[in-house]
Amino acid sequence: MPPSETAGSTPLLEVDDLRTYFHTRTGVAKAVDGVSFDLTAAETLGLVGESGCGKSVTALSIMRLVSDPPGKIEGGAIRINGRELLDLSDDEMCAVRGNDVAMIFQEPMTSLNPVITCGRQIAEAVELHQDVSRSEAHNRAVEMLRLVGIAAPEQRANEYPHQLSGGMRQRVMIAMGLSCNPQILIADEPTTALDVTVQAQIMELLQRLQEELGMAILLITHDLGVVAETTDRAAVMYAGGIVESAATEMLFANPRHPYTQGLIRSIPELDTDQTRLDIIPGTVPDLRRLPVGCRFQSRCPLVDEHCREAAPPLVETDEGHQTACWKANG
Amino acid sequence: MLIYLAQRLLALAFVLLAVSMIVFTLMHSVPGGPFDTQQAKLPKAARENIERKYGLDKPVWQQYLNYMSHAVRFDFGIPYQQPQTTVAALIGKTWLVTLQVGIMTIIVAFGLGITAGMFAAYHQNSWVDNIVTFFSMLGVTVPNFVIAMWFILFFGVTRQWLPTGGWGKSGDCLCYDLLCSDWILPVLAYALAPMAIIARYTRASIVDVIREDYVRTARAKGLGESKVMRRHVLRNAQIPMVTALGTEIPNLITGSIFIETIFRINGLGKFFVTSTLNRDYPMIMATFLLVALLWGITFMLTDIAYTLIDPRVKLGAKKEA
Repeated sequence: MPPSETAGSTPLLEVDDLRTYFHTRTGVAKAVDGVSFDLTAAETLGLVGESGCGKSVTALSIMRLVSDPPGKIEGGAIRINGRELLDLSDDEMCAVRGNDVAMIFQEPMTSLNPVITCGRQIAEAVELHQDVSRSEAHNRAVEMLRLVGIAAPEQRANEYPHQLSGGMRQRVMIAMGLSCNPQILIADEPTTALDVTVQAQIMELLQRLQEELGMAILLITHDLGVVAETTDRAAVMYAGGIVESAATEMLFANPRHPYTQGLIRSIPELDTDQTRLDIIPGTVPDLRRLPVGCRFQSRCPLVDEHCREAAPPLVETDEGHQTACWKANG
Repeated sequence: MLIYLAQRLLALAFVLLAVSMIVFTLMHSVPGGPFDTQQAKLPKAARENIERKYGLDKPVWQQYLNYMSHAVRFDFGIPYQQPQTTVAALIGKTWLVTLQVGIMTIIVAFGLGITAGMFAAYHQNSWVDNIVTFFSMLGVTVPNFVIAMWFILFFGVTRQWLPTGGWGKSGDCLCYDLLCSDWILPVLAYALAPMAIIARYTRASIVDVIREDYVRTARAKGLGESKVMRRHVLRNAQIPMVTALGTEIPNLITGSIFIETIFRINGLGKFFVTSTLNRDYPMIMATFLLVALLWGITFMLTDIAYTLIDPRVKLGAKKEA
């Protein structure tokens, strides 16, 4: 579903020309440089890219949790239901975090406070955003733990994170994120640090919860398999910018950008006699010294003079399919 | 918990036994004795008489057994420096004064040190941080007797705001009321070095914790900065601080010869040095055993404090393995 086409309903989350730079001693790293996308209610959008492409910084920028210094949101707009987050005061932003938009992180082993019980950590968010007593908040925490499929939730609520496995800790993180019924859940590589079997359980859990609670999910991952299985739409990021975005099926069936094509080709296939994996030659450019023109020029098989002179804009190549490539645009 | 405590106390008793043996052997193997001609010009017969009285003519192992048989009954002998009293009475009287100085110093050093460290950590690399770092360096590097001299010169002599020395109104009486202002200069001079160490350590611990993932989680929940600090950062930062800073306490409550001499405080600190110089065997033994006991208790309390603030630590957990 192309979000910009339906003029009547404004998207839940709009990110418009977001630019987040890191000011380091050796120069300005443009970690996020002109990223735009929309997220509609109850939708799952996958933000895909390799390490360091700026997908996590994009997520942290939406939460306004980029550490400053060295990071700074230099420009652009982030709107939830039309409300501009970048204009909010710190206190107003605190009321948005955890309440309208919640986030779960890559490292369940270190993302929970080791000296506070799991139940208390969930209840803390409930107390903060809802007008409830301490015991009501605790009951809500137990209820959330049950919802995310933790056995014996009353007992687990009084346990500390080190008494739980990695998968269970990620469930606690999800319970914490969803405890205040946020409209948006940002999941930053939620399964990367987990065993493969646990990964599948966590992704199934997220999908089930989305059906039950109806929140939109921004799923950040480098795993194309996860994107294919769980997302409605996907946006591919490369070196701080979105290079292609489309409905997930369309993206996998008909990738237009040479980077997306390379990514999909590099997925190993089980049913062919492949001895070598396809790779994308070269490495990601230094974000402090991005070239003039297209970011992908140094690794692109189709590159020509025009690509080195001007950066291709993200334009609609098919209905609901946007690509930032001079070659794909014909 | 009780079994654990009993085990630790038993271990502490063995530590004290070992310390007593080592100190006793060492002090007797050092050349010179308490009644040598350098210490006191006495006729040979008189000296032998005194040595016989204190049992110093016997072999060292007999002297040790004799000392220990009295010590377990809390009879620590007579200090050769002040034979009109007993070691227990002398330590009891002077240590009370030293304890007052020490406890006030601990309050000042920990209170100001932790506050300064928190500010520095929170405003990391700002001018606040630089000022705290500068004064911490100063506090650690400048010895407290130099600082004490500056304080006396400026506040006591030039400005005459505060007394230059003494403790309590009549010299060695107890300083009951804070209003008597005797305590300000010695406590500040004594507190500066530990305060600097505490500030630096607090800053380092907090800076480490602030970068942790769970602090980001706390912010992502929507907690404001002050709650993030109080509930999530400080509770974790105090775990390493307990180990490193607990050891300041036995140091501070046993006094300092410099502070006590400069400010004319009749405390215990000076006996650590004078006893050794005078070969005052009973006082050497008593002061060393006291220090060993205080350190042992401090380590035990530190370990117990761990279990209270860190749920990952369990006392005596090795038995289950």
